[in-house]
Amino acid sequence: MSNQTTHKSMSLVKPEANDLSVKQKIAVAIGAMGLLVLALAIFNTNFPNKTTFLTLSLAAIALGTILFANDAYLTKSEGIKNDGVWFKSISSRGVLAWITGILLTGFYIILYFFPQYLGQTPSGEPNTGLISLFDPLSYLLSGNPASQWFVYGTLYTVAILVFGYKFMLKYRHNRYEQLRTISVMFFQLGFAFLIPELMSRLNASPDYNLPYYDLKSMWPLNYYLFDSWSINGLLSSGALGFIMLMFGIISIFVISPFLTYKYGKRWYCSWVCGCGGLAETAGDSFRHLSSKKLSAWKLERWLIHTVLVFSVVMTTAVIYTYLGSDPNKFWLTRSAFLLGVGILLTLVFSITMIFKRHELGKDARYGAIGYFVLIAALFIMHYTGTSDKIFLIKASALRSVYGLYIGSIFSGVIGTGFYPILGNRVWCRFGCPMAAILGFQQRMFSKFRITTNGGQCISCGNCSTYCEMGIDVRAYAQKGENIVRSSCVGCGICSAVCPRGVLKLENDSLKGRINANEILLGNDVDLLDLINSK
Amino acid sequence: MEHIVIIGNGISGVTAARHIRKLSDKKITIISAETDYFFSRTALMYVYMGHMNFEHTQPYENWFWEKNNINLKKGYVKTIDTNSKTLHFAEGDTLTYNKLIIATGSKPNKFGWPGQDLKGVMGMYHKQDLENLEFYAPNNKVCKHAVIVGGGLIGIELAEMLNSRNIPVTFLVRESSFWNGVLPDGESEMINRHIKNHHIDLRLATNLKEIIPDENGKVKSVIIEETGEEILCDSVGLTAGVTPNIDFIKDSNIETGKGVKVNRFLETNIPDIYAIGDCAEQHEAIGNRRPIEAVWYTGRMMGETIAQTICGNKMPYNPGHWFNSAKFFDIEYQTYGWVHGSKNKPDYEQHFHWKHDDDTKCITIAFDKNTNAFLGINTFGIRMRHETFNTWLTEKRPVDYVINHLAEANFDPEFYKRYEKDVLKAYTNQFQTV
Ligand SMILES: Cc1cc2nc3c(=O)[nH]c(=O)nc-3n(C[C@H](O)[C@H](O)[C@H](O)COP(=O)(O)OP(=O)(O)OC[C@H]3O[C@@H](n4cnc5c(N)ncnc54)[C@H](O)[C@@H]3O)c2cc1C
Ligand code: SF4
Ligand code: SF4
Repeated sequence: MSNQTTHKSMSLVKPEANDLSVKQKIAVAIGAMGLLVLALAIFNTNFPNKTTFLTLSLAAIALGTILFANDAYLTKSEGIKNDGVWFKSISSRGVLAWITGILLTGFYIILYFFPQYLGQTPSGEPNTGLISLFDPLSYLLSGNPASQWFVYGTLYTVAILVFGYKFMLKYRHNRYEQLRTISVMFFQLGFAFLIPELMSRLNASPDYNLPYYDLKSMWPLNYYLFDSWSINGLLSSGALGFIMLMFGIISIFVISPFLTYKYGKRWYCSWVCGCGGLAETAGDSFRHLSSKKLSAWKLERWLIHTVLVFSVVMTTAVIYTYLGSDPNKFWLTRSAFLLGVGILLTLVFSITMIFKRHELGKDARYGAIGYFVLIAALFIMHYTGTSDKIFLIKASALRSVYGLYIGSIFSGVIGTGFYPILGNRVWCRFGCPMAAILGFQQRMFSKFRITTNGGQCISCGNCSTYCEMGIDVRAYAQKGENIVRSSCVGCGICSAVCPRGVLKLENDSLKGRINANEILLGNDVDLLDLINSK
Repeated sequence: MEHIVIIGNGISGVTAARHIRKLSDKKITIISAETDYFFSRTALMYVYMGHMNFEHTQPYENWFWEKNNINLKKGYVKTIDTNSKTLHFAEGDTLTYNKLIIATGSKPNKFGWPGQDLKGVMGMYHKQDLENLEFYAPNNKVCKHAVIVGGGLIGIELAEMLNSRNIPVTFLVRESSFWNGVLPDGESEMINRHIKNHHIDLRLATNLKEIIPDENGKVKSVIIEETGEEILCDSVGLTAGVTPNIDFIKDSNIETGKGVKVNRFLETNIPDIYAIGDCAEQHEAIGNRRPIEAVWYTGRMMGETIAQTICGNKMPYNPGHWFNSAKFFDIEYQTYGWVHGSKNKPDYEQHFHWKHDDDTKCITIAFDKNTNAFLGINTFGIRMRHETFNTWLTEKRPVDYVINHLAEANFDPEFYKRYEKDVLKAYTNQFQTV
């Protein structure tokens, strides 16, 4: 008997069934033409009628994707459509995947660091290149010329919409998947794109000075919410600005913990968030690439919590520097603010330790480390802080370091650019501070869990393979344990791909949420009792 | 230190090892000739279909075994010397044990068809079968047509596998309707239609006569028993059930029948030797169960039980209510308790059947027509909760109760359409008792 390990397809010949059909090839060609227009624009082709060409380009991209999806899914019966995923170059880290990854990464680098190549010009001068191609749309919406961020926002939204359509066809037998996809498409188009663009029309009036504000993006994902320009902008924009600021703060402390308690972090990560939205739609073909190794899980926990600590310190520092020290001028002074942050952190920490100590196990130690780092940071801030420096460096420098390494490189370049190599939720899993906070809430006090259906698991591994967050779902399911993990974004795909109907995402009472039956249902009841009584 | 040796690294052997390790620090060795590491046999199909790589079918990372101090040995056990408690390997070496667990699983049935050992003819059980299939049926150029013989759960999986690579399939099924030895007629017929919808050439009540070779000793065609028709094909899958994989034991002192004979404690006739999983045959069947239960869950349960016995807490194999599941192309199937097909249905068993108009969902509820007690349910295309039915079966709920509380048992994903009302209506129409 041979002992050959089985990589990819074991066959010497390529499985033909996974080649593109004629219709799919045409669809790809149409989509590529749309992209070609954008590429030509980058190289400064001056299109005579920008409106027409922009429309053509976006329409071709949409049409190509739609035709492709129709042929790929509507010609087959409803059900799981993962045939050949590990044979296709694009979805199995083949040549196509690497090319796509490199192109995407390149795009992000240019976008963040060299926008002049996209046609961004010093303010006042008219745009050129790709950005100028988007001017007509930008004028239509906000009345202003386009910027690199407008181009990015438009393409981002188009991607979520067209790949969302594809995703909905792929899962047309699954209402959960369909509804949450409609939801992310809606929030992206409305809250992240159209409304903010339209709102910036208000800024034409001197009464308004609104910062660009993705309405569904919450601190700390939206790390610039508390920057002084943002706060000043909001505070100088009348009642609307004030309401927006309040909404931002209430979201953090009230709305989001409440929704996470009721539904788990999925209400945000899989139903609302734009980063999650792109991952679920455009990134769907790459979800199985996430690493399920225990070592990856360890890395994840260190990284994501480090980013969280960093973002808390950074935000505190930024706010600290623009607060004064005279309580007569404004009640919230620097010292009062630091004290407040310290008390809040202490409260969270002690409540967790008192009520959830037993659930935390070894993680308690890491929680304690995080807590003490934060408190130490507050003390140092208090004793070394000057009006623009903390920790002997400028707060603004700290802020730019965060913006550069976390906000741009991690979330954009690696998070999205590496979709085809590392999987689609790298940022959500390893970097997003928002995910860390929501995950903490989900782990500690949420009704959400994935229930395992008694003894039905056959350990096949589909669930683990297709979990984009790299959770080894099978490890729990085959023991009959429910899955309660802080990183689970509730995408529902593990449940969808399970061939035995073992997994169900649900909100139920907190009691008995975390169960550990080592002997599975179906066995001798006495044996069950015996094992579980220990 | 006591040395526990387990032959077979399938679900039953591995479960036994894991639980023995949990309960004790005995020395444990698992032997297999098939693979270095435990993998999930039930997932073989997904490797061929490209849903997963082979590595994904391994439930534990490779470091797991060393960390838990479980020795793995690759080798084929040729003979067992029960007097000296020694295993002799085909490779020439030996291994001694204090206690031996036989967990060697099954092998595909071959009924002596002419040509059954030709090149291009294979079962679908071991990893090597999969490698064979990859060789003889990598795509529809190399394999222009395939024939599957035997309409059971593995046969239909093989049909789905080949279908995923656009290889045309003729599916020979001995029964008059797919798997109707187990499934009631309404369900079985629905699955017939579902198979045909996937463009499988399903031939019911059709037997294989022989397999014809070409000049190179490779399969060229098959001949149908009933009609004499010849079907040209490049590969043939034999999936007419499995039998215990125990040929190497037949010459030893261990008592065997179809499988290794065991009592309720999973003990063989030789002290310190046990058998679990697919290869174990109960002297007397337990309840409605068969003496040999070749399914995943029972292998796992036997593994859990034997670990207790070996670690000093002697315990009979005492399975709870029967359950099982499968998937027929896009239709999931689950069963709890007993629902019999028309051939094996006891007199007292009556059925309520409901089918959705879309022909992909149905349920059959079996109850005792004298006492009205709920006996079991088959559910297709609707997921149901194991725990709920387990409780109802234990509490011996009447069928009316089950129908009226069906919503509690629903396990479909959130927002799925629900059918309890339709079911209740159909039930009332059929039995007018509510
Ligand atoms: C394609 C397929 C799909 C299936 N799907 C399902 C399903 O959905 N649900 C379900 O309940 N069941 C399913 N089954 C059945 C299930 O897989 C088996 O019941 C289960 O794997 C049996 O486990 P086991 O541990 O008893 O034996 P096995 O998994 O067969 O393991 C026995 C091991 O012992 C090795 N071995 C045998 N003899 C020797 C020897 N002399 N020396 C060394 N090694 C030896 C074998 O090579 C093998 O590796 C499926 C089976 C197949 C083939
Ligand atoms: S565990 Fe399931 S629902 Fe949660 S992220 Fe993974 S695949 Fe999605
Ligand atoms: S839960 Fe489902 S998908 Fe996951 S291993 Fe078990 S049977 Fe397979």
